[in-house]
Amino acid sequence: MAKQVQFSNSWVPYVFIAPQLLIIAIFFFWPALQAFYLSFMLEDPWGLSSTFVWFENYQTLFQSSEYLYSFIFTIGFSAIVVFLSLMISLVLAVKANSVLRAQRTYRVLLTWVYAVAPAVAGVTAYFLFNRHLGLFYDWIVATGWNFAPETKAFDSMAMLTLMAVWKQVPVNFVFFLAGLQSIPKSVREAALMDCESNMRRFWTITFPLLAPTAFFLVVINITYAFFDTFALIDTLTQGRPGGSTTSLVYKVYQDGFLGADLGLSSAQSVLLMVLVMALVMVQFRFVERKIHY
Amino acid sequence: MQRATFFDHLILWLGILFLITPIWILFASSTHTVETIIQEGMQWIPRLEGLSSYKTALTSAIGFTDTATGMRMLWNSTIMGVGFAVGKIIIAMTAAYALVYFRIPMATFLFWIIFSTLLLPLEVRIVPSYEVVSDLGLLNSYTGLILPLIASATATFYFQQFYKTIPDELLEAAQLDNANAWLFFKDILIPLSRTMMAAMFIIMFVVGWNQYLWPLMMTTEEAYYTIVMGIKNFLSVATEGRVPEFNLIFAMVILAMLPPVLIVIVFQRWFIQGLVESEK
Repeated sequence: MAKQVQFSNSWVPYVFIAPQLLIIAIFFFWPALQAFYLSFMLEDPWGLSSTFVWFENYQTLFQSSEYLYSFIFTIGFSAIVVFLSLMISLVLAVKANSVLRAQRTYRVLLTWVYAVAPAVAGVTAYFLFNRHLGLFYDWIVATGWNFAPETKAFDSMAMLTLMAVWKQVPVNFVFFLAGLQSIPKSVREAALMDCESNMRRFWTITFPLLAPTAFFLVVINITYAFFDTFALIDTLTQGRPGGSTTSLVYKVYQDGFLGADLGLSSAQSVLLMVLVMALVMVQFRFVERKIHY
Repeated sequence: MQRATFFDHLILWLGILFLITPIWILFASSTHTVETIIQEGMQWIPRLEGLSSYKTALTSAIGFTDTATGMRMLWNSTIMGVGFAVGKIIIAMTAAYALVYFRIPMATFLFWIIFSTLLLPLEVRIVPSYEVVSDLGLLNSYTGLILPLIASATATFYFQQFYKTIPDELLEAAQLDNANAWLFFKDILIPLSRTMMAAMFIIMFVVGWNQYLWPLMMTTEEAYYTIVMGIKNFLSVATEGRVPEFNLIFAMVILAMLPPVLIVIVFQRWFIQGLVESEK
């Protein structure tokens, strides 16, 4: 919806919007259309010629057990990361909200990790879990767990999950704290009068009021777990052992850039685009609904 | 409100400990000698005299050529972070201005065009993007590093929403004073948007600084390495040497996170505002 009062120049707005459109056209639409086009092409192994093969790349994908595995891994990994990081940050936000003094200090100490690059987090974890150097490795082994992320898929995933959660807790914390602080004081006081139990008050009053924030965060976090964990995977596991930590986005990169199979990689890009579109639509529907709260 | 109990504080401190431990160990280890790290593993307690490894990391080149010193990479990252943030704010502010304050026949269409960029993050269209930039001859250049990353719409929506909250009377008054579109933008909108611009700058600087995959693919000349991707490349160089220089690598990793972390801490209020607003 635009403003009631507007300028009515004929060409001026196009000057203002031109930079954005130009950059998007060259660096977004051109590559995106190419990805779409390439997803229907099959290149010969030397990259000299390519032929139009309709949906063959998609067929290959749907029949590939590797792709199916990567899909399942991405869903499972995302679910665990989203769940854990939301739970931890919710607890922290509720506690931080009840602190009256030094709340700013707590907030700073719980949010700074946002600024650490995923790649930097990955390199850090690479050393901490390293068999020869890492302190974390020593601690884990001391508990009797025969920890070997190089060979055991579960250990590798656990390591990746821990770092992904570590990186995402601060973002969720900021949003939960903002959500908690937007609950009117009168509501909180009324709840305090009516309900003695802390736990019950949280589940019957605070949590329902936080639900819009939580739902929005679920969408944001799924997007994070899908796309922003790329750098973490590339620096920490590179999909090892045996492709067991290869997420869908990492596979696009592996097949397209390392494997030079452009058609297959492009088909994966297109499928991911459909997935993101679905996510955005869910988010939009929710934003419309939020007004009624 | 109920007062926080000891137990509440304990939980908060556990959270803080969870976040800080990995970085603390890395920092403490960076101040130890290579021999200690190799023989005894990473360390808990930093040594004051070991801070010299930071000086070495800043001034000596680890790569194959002598161009990529820590300083050089930090500088490249700064250009990337600032260029990304400024570029994004400029195109977002002007585009949002055109969408909100003008009667354009294709406004809805243009909105959807811009909106659709949210559907496909760079990671997913990375190979064709690389080819476009390579065709334009922009590999190993700051332009090539920054421009493709700007091609998204997050900040545009943010400014669009903000402009809509500005009262219409301002424009009416400006039109009575015969201000043209450019003057209104320059003298009224930009001053009003200052806090928003600051908040957006903090977030975008951090996002730009932290870019990994794009600079990794784009830069083959060490002179253009940014520190976040440089670490990955030097990991192999440093660890495959006869005496792997772990303390230097650790120092480099700490240096790579220091500027964005400091900015987020110092400008905490703007950072929170920018984060909450830009994700909406």
